[in-house]
Amino acid sequence: MPSVCLYFQAHQPLRVKKYRIFDVGNDHKYFNDFSNSNLNNKKVLVKVAEKSYLPANELLLKLLKKHPDFKISYSFSGIFLEQLENYLPKVLRSFRKLVQTGRVEILSETYYHSLAFFYSRQEFESQVVLHRNAIKRIFNVKPKVFRNTELAYNNDLAKWADKKGYKAILAEGWDKFLGWRSPNFVYKPKGTRKIKLLLKNYKLSDDIAFRFSDKSWSRWPLTVDKFARWVNRANGNGNVINLFMDYETFGEHQWKEHGIFDFLEKLPGKILEHPDNDFVTPSEAVERYKAMDVVDVPDIVTWSDMERDLSAWTGNAIQNSAIEFIYALEQDVHATKDEGIIEDWRRLQISDHYYYMCTKWFADGDVHKYFNPYDSPYEAFISFMNVANDLKLRINSKLGVEN
Amino acid sequence: MSTANPKVLMLGWELPPFNSGGLGVACFGLSQALAKKGAKITFVLPKKVDLAFDFMDLEFANVNEPEEKMLSAYSTLHSWLVDAGIDDSFPSDFVSGALMYAEKIKDIALKVQPDIIHAHDWLTFPAAIAAKEATGRPTIIHVHSTEYDRTGGHGQNPSVFNIEKNGLENADKVISISKLQVDLLKRIYNLEKQKIELIYNGTSVFKKEQLPPALGHLKEVGYKIVLFLGRITLQKGPEYFVRAAKKVLEYDKKVAFVVTGSGDMIEQMIAEVKDLDVIDNFVFTGFLREEEKDRIFQAADLYVMPSVSEPFGIVPLEAIANETPVLLSKQCGVAEILKHVLKVDFWDTDEMANKILAVIKYGCLHDDLVWESGKELPNINWDKSAGKCLRLYRQLI
Repeated sequence: MPSVCLYFQAHQPLRVKKYRIFDVGNDHKYFNDFSNSNLNNKKVLVKVAEKSYLPANELLLKLLKKHPDFKISYSFSGIFLEQLENYLPKVLRSFRKLVQTGRVEILSETYYHSLAFFYSRQEFESQVVLHRNAIKRIFNVKPKVFRNTELAYNNDLAKWADKKGYKAILAEGWDKFLGWRSPNFVYKPKGTRKIKLLLKNYKLSDDIAFRFSDKSWSRWPLTVDKFARWVNRANGNGNVINLFMDYETFGEHQWKEHGIFDFLEKLPGKILEHPDNDFVTPSEAVERYKAMDVVDVPDIVTWSDMERDLSAWTGNAIQNSAIEFIYALEQDVHATKDEGIIEDWRRLQISDHYYYMCTKWFADGDVHKYFNPYDSPYEAFISFMNVANDLKLRINSKLGVEN
Repeated sequence: MSTANPKVLMLGWELPPFNSGGLGVACFGLSQALAKKGAKITFVLPKKVDLAFDFMDLEFANVNEPEEKMLSAYSTLHSWLVDAGIDDSFPSDFVSGALMYAEKIKDIALKVQPDIIHAHDWLTFPAAIAAKEATGRPTIIHVHSTEYDRTGGHGQNPSVFNIEKNGLENADKVISISKLQVDLLKRIYNLEKQKIELIYNGTSVFKKEQLPPALGHLKEVGYKIVLFLGRITLQKGPEYFVRAAKKVLEYDKKVAFVVTGSGDMIEQMIAEVKDLDVIDNFVFTGFLREEEKDRIFQAADLYVMPSVSEPFGIVPLEAIANETPVLLSKQCGVAEILKHVLKVDFWDTDEMANKILAVIKYGCLHDDLVWESGKELPNINWDKSAGKCLRLYRQLI
């Protein structure tokens, strides 16, 4: 001990283009910005692939070959895989190569990276099935571990995953429900029978994901020696160190020029220098280690912000109005039996749309790593609602309802 | 000489309530905040008005123009000449107010013995230079507007332009009220960057009291109110407001466009409203002050400022204090510091209509804009501006 469990989230949304009231009823293509803006989904995908996915995949493949004990895990959103298939099949191939090493686990999530669990259980389950089908088709894998969008978690979700037969589920190791307990152990979610809970060690994870190039951080610079020392400190009072982060950490959030790839390159070797250390996939972690305690999470916890809640997605009036509008369409959407309508409806559930409408950090002098491809959260809302209304018109038209 | 409590000779042209626009409001707000921080201000007005303040002294230069002929700080030359019934071809008369001010200032300046001279807008610039010559004290020119943006860059009066340029060149420092204006001063007036200090305007009223709303007869039958409030002049983009209104009405007939204010373009605006056949949805209230103005703000569902070129723009701050959401043109200085407002290029009337319709349609958008802008307003305060101003004074004294 401890076993280091690395988990990377790989996701790209489909951003709604600038869409005005005049387009409602006329333009049914919502995601096809091909301009030079940051709403051009293909452009963003290509840019991030060059800076992050391709170099990181190449490096990790090299590390997997070099260290037979090195293991990692991913969760890919369905919408991310779809865009890779359409625009960058070579990136998809590089992910496949990683999985083929046999030491890269893939997790289960919602295809559309949505918050459907909190709005429609039925839709949530449909999206999980869609995702499983895609993973099977692309990687020939049946995931055994679940993670929800933005690591959103509560007791209900754990119970659902338990019933579905997942071996483990991920969540943020948040002090509020942990209390004095450490995230470096495996736990059992309250009210479940078999499933186990893996909790993100947010201090160590965020040291890499957020603070790595922050010169004002008291512990900067983060070297592998330093980091390995912190990991080794868990020896004797921890079983797993769960390092969960956005895959874009490598190259996009943290730049190559700041040494993030050098750090990653040396990390496995450094960790393995200590004979008691090793790497595990999430499945291996819960197989090997017993649950230390029961963890009760009645309220939703996410891996986001100071509050670790859903306020970044549903914290204000425009967000709530938008998300409720979309989920209110569910019954009619399915009644149309129109694939195009159903797909567009699902695409409008991607959590990023609501994230772009967040007014929390839209303040002067804010140093938050907040990236909005729209000029303001209000612009994001306006385009989104116009699109949502166009979808509604299409639904009504299909159902023969008077507009 | 005191750097802690500097003696300031402040040269202005108007103060509320005897003002026709934002210049007087800005001068008042800044002076009040400066006085709170210990500055000893003597504020000079060109002619005597019935005013007194407890935080600063007033002096009057007794520029003896008959009242009707006093040039408003906002008029373009042409409109002033028209108002004053003066033949356009006479070049000599129009700056007489400003020049007479310059003559009368010497005595006042010598009497006050200021540490620093601070002059607001072109009508005071000749006086500022005269005061500087008389006392030898450092002089700050504060630019609230320029002939260039008052005329939209066309038909500038060369004498006014020269007075501005002359003032800017002879000043020790120039205060500009937005990045937009700093660029303009560099570009059009060839001012060096180091001479310019950027100090944004502010407000000292963050929340107005709730008043009985106006336009009840319209709101009761379900009309949404979109408000234009300001001088009806070229700079303020009234024609873009009308064109956007036309587009909005194609999608939603239950919108009333309220125009509050007066100015040289009012007839033109009414003509355009008639031409575009939207007269049934327009209401012209005339110039409103204080409580009546607040009531109109509070009745409005959205305040629109489509200015072509607005050096700062204090009116949106008033709208926010009245809990009215704001749509303003990107060509306004205040757009540089307000985040929770909607923004649009003044010429993009399609987008203007798009945003107006969104605020009308989505109550949650209206509410979030009001809520968030209300939270950011207290950061745009005169104390901040006064603080920067004092630091500038200390550098020069």
